[in-house]
Amino acid sequence: MTLKVVGQNVLRYDGLAHVTGETHFADDVIIPGTLTVKVLRSPVSKGKIMNLDIRAAMSVPGVASVITADDVPCNGYGHIPDQPVLVEEMVRYKGEPIVAVAAVDEDTAIEALEKIQLGIEEEEPVFDHIQAMMPDAPKVRPEGNIHMFGKYPFRQVKFGDIDAGFREADVIIENTYRHPSLEHAQLEPMVSQAVPEAGGKLTVYTVSQAPHFHLEELYGILKVKKNNVSGKHWITEKGSRTGQGLEFGDINFIGGTVGGGFGGKNDMHADHITALLALKSGQPCKWRWTREEDLLYSTYRGCWYITIKDGVKKDGRIVARKIKTIRESGAYASSNPHVVEHNIFNSTGPYFIPNVHSRGYCVYTNKPPASSMRGFGLTPSTFATEVQANKIASELSMDPWEFRFKNVYRNGDLTSTGSKLDSVALIEMMQTLAEKTGVTLPDRLKQMSSAKRGGNSI
Amino acid sequence: MKNRGTGIAIGHYPTGQNGGGDPSQAMVKIQPDGSAVLTVGSCDLGQGCKTILAQMAAEVLGMEYEQVKVINHSVDNTPMSSGSYASRVTYVDGKATVEAAENAREILFQVAGEILEASPSDLIIENGKVFVKGDRKRFKTISKIVEVATYEKHKQVVGLGHFMKDFSKPDPETGECDPFCTLSWGVSFAEVEVDTDTGEVEVLRFVSYYDAGKAINPMLVEGQIQGGSVMGLGAALMEDLHPYYPNIEHQPDNLSDYSIPTTMDIPDFEALIYECPSTEGPYGAKGIGELSANYPSPAIINAIHDAIGVWLTELPASPEKVLRALESQ
Repeated sequence: MTLKVVGQNVLRYDGLAHVTGETHFADDVIIPGTLTVKVLRSPVSKGKIMNLDIRAAMSVPGVASVITADDVPCNGYGHIPDQPVLVEEMVRYKGEPIVAVAAVDEDTAIEALEKIQLGIEEEEPVFDHIQAMMPDAPKVRPEGNIHMFGKYPFRQVKFGDIDAGFREADVIIENTYRHPSLEHAQLEPMVSQAVPEAGGKLTVYTVSQAPHFHLEELYGILKVKKNNVSGKHWITEKGSRTGQGLEFGDINFIGGTVGGGFGGKNDMHADHITALLALKSGQPCKWRWTREEDLLYSTYRGCWYITIKDGVKKDGRIVARKIKTIRESGAYASSNPHVVEHNIFNSTGPYFIPNVHSRGYCVYTNKPPASSMRGFGLTPSTFATEVQANKIASELSMDPWEFRFKNVYRNGDLTSTGSKLDSVALIEMMQTLAEKTGVTLPDRLKQMSSAKRGGNSI
Repeated sequence: MKNRGTGIAIGHYPTGQNGGGDPSQAMVKIQPDGSAVLTVGSCDLGQGCKTILAQMAAEVLGMEYEQVKVINHSVDNTPMSSGSYASRVTYVDGKATVEAAENAREILFQVAGEILEASPSDLIIENGKVFVKGDRKRFKTISKIVEVATYEKHKQVVGLGHFMKDFSKPDPETGECDPFCTLSWGVSFAEVEVDTDTGEVEVLRFVSYYDAGKAINPMLVEGQIQGGSVMGLGAALMEDLHPYYPNIEHQPDNLSDYSIPTTMDIPDFEALIYECPSTEGPYGAKGIGELSANYPSPAIINAIHDAIGVWLTELPASPEKVLRALESQ
């Protein structure tokens, strides 16, 4: 098949518009009469709200609407869903939203926030996820700090016979690696604008990476059910803009052109709060996070500790691998259990290891929720397994290239989760990389291929 | 003293949401002028999905790339997509797009077959026209076929496409499951210079070689590799959101304190593309978005060991960590 368009370097679809400033991102949508949203965030990392008085804030001239947890129909969202839109009673991280205000301008919104009376009885937080695993650690959540994957406090992979593998090994090499927390640092911070439309409908301008998913999540927060069969009477019955009687289909999300995300916009950060305020006030509401808010309180790549224990033969073959990985989740689950799964399912790295036992833990701390970030669990595992690969080679006085040639996946190999591989190309790619970088490989490595193990294996 | 060293790192990355169960759908409508509108629910975050999905639709429909308009801005008006994450859009939305374009093409062939008195299976589409195979004189323009379909045959020339890898539930005891669409591969090479007096690490050369299955748009794939490598470089040498972990008091709240690489920090970068086609992907494509961020850290750490003989097991390789490692050597 001769391809005409696929494989060509055609001009980027929206490239010219992006670089000339013509593209409309979420923040470029100007709706007259839009209110500015500001949020009161918790000043402490853990505590119990003893007193919350918003009356003075509501009476500031120019304030259209003030909402608290009482205004959220279903105050839990996220994958589990365990994260409150606005704190109900227990504060679990510094910066957690407690009250949201919509006002005519930013100064008025800030003035209103300053008038809110907030009393929090501070409790001892835990920040280190290793410490948080200890039985006597302060509890981030009442059910405990270690996320439960069904009946186990970990996700595990068992492949082959780990004990037999270690018995077969000539050398045992064990190391612990730490990958720090990282921020996405995408160009466009979190922005959301919710605009009430005729007939009780609502349009939300979003920076979401997954608007279809987040719209359903918002319906969940608003307690709008999918199985509502009462019919669409909005033309005659609604008329008001209070959001009463909101039905599935009444809200639309506009987005799709996003100023970078890297996984940071897989979680809803602002759309729920602007939607609630717009429904309550009947006016368009916009919340634009500052860069400071984005760095301090948006999701991030949580910190990881990864311990790898490898059983290796003198010829360089890894015959057993035991892994324990511990991921910091922050205060809520978000996508972290999936991140841990992704890490554990891929914890052998690109190597065929016949005996594997890996366990991944997801641990809650009193920090903002961590979540997805480009590399989703494989970034830390790749760091750990690839430095481990060189350490093993060094221990065996073997060339790190040769060590990799001996262990990498080939066509027909099984991963530790039991998937049979095809379209494998690591050996061929390493051969080319060696050539490009002036590394001379011995002939026995040059002659290898990703074909099935057997004939040409060493 | 300045010491130089080299290091490599290799790996794999799964395409698609971990475990599957993440649908994407597409809709292709042929316009009266013979152009097409492709509607998808995934987002363009800068990775260029509008471009490559338009390329795939144009390929199937025998059109120029410029003749495909891409709509993705409104949830009400776009078919379902799980979203732009998990290195999934090229593969999953790509498959849905190809299917939608093929279904639209099928309707064009049916109508053209009636006009040209030929079997739809004997037709080909190219340069905006539908031809009878082997006879360059028997053809109709796509524009004409749409006109006949609309005003004579009571037909709408719209194709729908859907793709989802079925959800695979992991066994709680063994983790056994089929969690990905396909795997793509990456190999990287770093050359560094370490200043043993200051602890500073300079990356002199970085070569990235990644498997895209089939590069739908090689320049965009290179862009993904370059961008991922810069992100990985930041993780290797500069970035830590909680530098006094677990203490959060000194968390950086601005991009001067949380420094990410700028153009001035970028070394001699080479981005190379390998094409080992996936069995099921559109044109053999695989996801390329995420894996490129993963190899700079280990390649650079391995190169630092080669240069000065110390292992760093914690990122980033800041001057402080390098000097402390040298001291405890």
